[in-house]
Amino acid sequence: MYEFEFEKPSTVAEAVAALADEDAQALGGGQTLIPTLKQRLAMPSKLVSLTGIPQLKEISDNDGVLTIGGAVTHAAVAEAAAGSYPALADLAGHIGDPAVRNRGTIGGSLANNDPAACYPAAALGSGATIVTNRREITADEYFQGLFETALEEGEIITAVRFPVPEKASYQKFLQPASRFALVGVFVAKYAAGVRVAVTGASEEGVFRWAEAEAALDADFAPGALDGLSVDAAGMIGDLHGTKEYRAHLAGVMAKRAVAAAR
Amino acid sequence: MAKVSMTVNGKAASGDVEGRTLLSSFLREELGLTGTHVGCDTSQCGACVVHVDGKAVKACTMLALEAEGAEVATIEGQANADGSLNTIQQAFQDHHGLQCGFCTPGMVMSAAALLKDNPKPSEAEIRDYLEGNLCRCTGYHNIVKAIMAASGQDVSSIAAE
Repeated sequence: MYEFEFEKPSTVAEAVAALADEDAQALGGGQTLIPTLKQRLAMPSKLVSLTGIPQLKEISDNDGVLTIGGAVTHAAVAEAAAGSYPALADLAGHIGDPAVRNRGTIGGSLANNDPAACYPAAALGSGATIVTNRREITADEYFQGLFETALEEGEIITAVRFPVPEKASYQKFLQPASRFALVGVFVAKYAAGVRVAVTGASEEGVFRWAEAEAALDADFAPGALDGLSVDAAGMIGDLHGTKEYRAHLAGVMAKRAVAAAR
Repeated sequence: MAKVSMTVNGKAASGDVEGRTLLSSFLREELGLTGTHVGCDTSQCGACVVHVDGKAVKACTMLALEAEGAEVATIEGQANADGSLNTIQQAFQDHHGLQCGFCTPGMVMSAAALLKDNPKPSEAEIRDYLEGNLCRCTGYHNIVKAIMAASGQDVSSIAAE
C-alpha cells in the first residue's frame, strides 16, 4: 500500500469535512478497498473511516420500509432483516464469508458497485432509495455502469431505504473462488409490480430485466419465464463463463428466485 | 505515525503505526504475536482470522487504527490459564484436524466464533462457516470432525476417516 493518512470521525459532518481534502476517500468495512490498496490500484491521500459514526449504524423498520444505515455490516443486516425482509437477510448472510460479513458494509458495497456484487441486485430489485448526506437517489438512477454510481465527490451513503415486498428471493450462482455472484438474480413482488434485477452478468453492472418483469406481472410463476432470455450481447465473457453462459444463467436463476420467493 | 491502543488477549497493548499498517502487521511485528498467520494477504485464506470485539475478522484486511479501543483475541490467548489446550485446540489434536498447521490459527479462531453463536452446529453449518478458511492439507474432514467434537457432538457420522 502507498502511504495515506487515516481519520475516524464520529459524525457525518466531520466525515464530509475530512473528505474535502484532495484525494481523500471514504472507507467502509474495507473488504474491497483494502485489497485494492494492497495491489496499489488506488492511491488516496487520506482514508476517512465511516465505521465510527453511530448514525450510520442505525436500522429501523417503519410502515413496510426497512432503513439500514450505510455502515451496517452484512452480518448485522442478515440478523436485523431476518424477520422483516428475509430475502434481503438471506442475501446479506451469503456475501463473501463470515469474517468478511463482519466487516463489509452495505454502503461500501453500493458505493463501489462491483458488477458482481450482491447488494446492487437487492437495491435495484427492491426499488430502494439511496440516502446520502446531500439528497435521496432512487436505485434506478443510482447505478450507472461498471463501478459507476450517481455519487459525487464527498458524498456519503448515510442510509438505504428498502420497501418491503410481498415476497422476494435472491438466487446466486456462486463463483466459488471469489464468492461473488457469477450471476445473481433478485426478484421482488410488490403491489405495484414485479422487479427483477440481475447482477454479475452484464458489462454495465446490475440491470433490470424488463421482459421478465412484464411476464411475472402477468403470472408470478417460474413457467412465465419460459422462452425468455437475456441477450448475450453486452454480457461479461471471461474464463469463468462465456457471455452466452451468463445470459442463460440469468434465466435459470430468475426462475429459481420466483420459485423460492416468500 | 499515530498511536493505537487496544486490548489484546486481555492485556493492554499499544504502539505507533502508520495509517496503512494492517492489524495483522501490528499483531505480528509490533506485539510479536506471530500465531496470526498471513497466508494469502488477499482476504481469501482466513489464516489471519482474529476476533475484534467478539467477531471473527480477517486481520490482514483491517487497518490497525480501526481496532483503536477494541478487544482483540488471537490464537495466543486461546489456551487455558494453565497453558493446556482449550477444548477446540484439543479437539483439533485428537481428531488430526491439522497437518502442516499453517491454517490452524485461523481455523481455531473461526471455530471459536462459530461455537459462540451456535453451540451445536450441524456438519453443513460448520462447512458453511469455514467458507473463508482455506486448508490445503487436510481436505477439511478432520477439521469439521474436530469442531463437531469440540461442540460435544458425536463425530462418527462425519464422512471420510
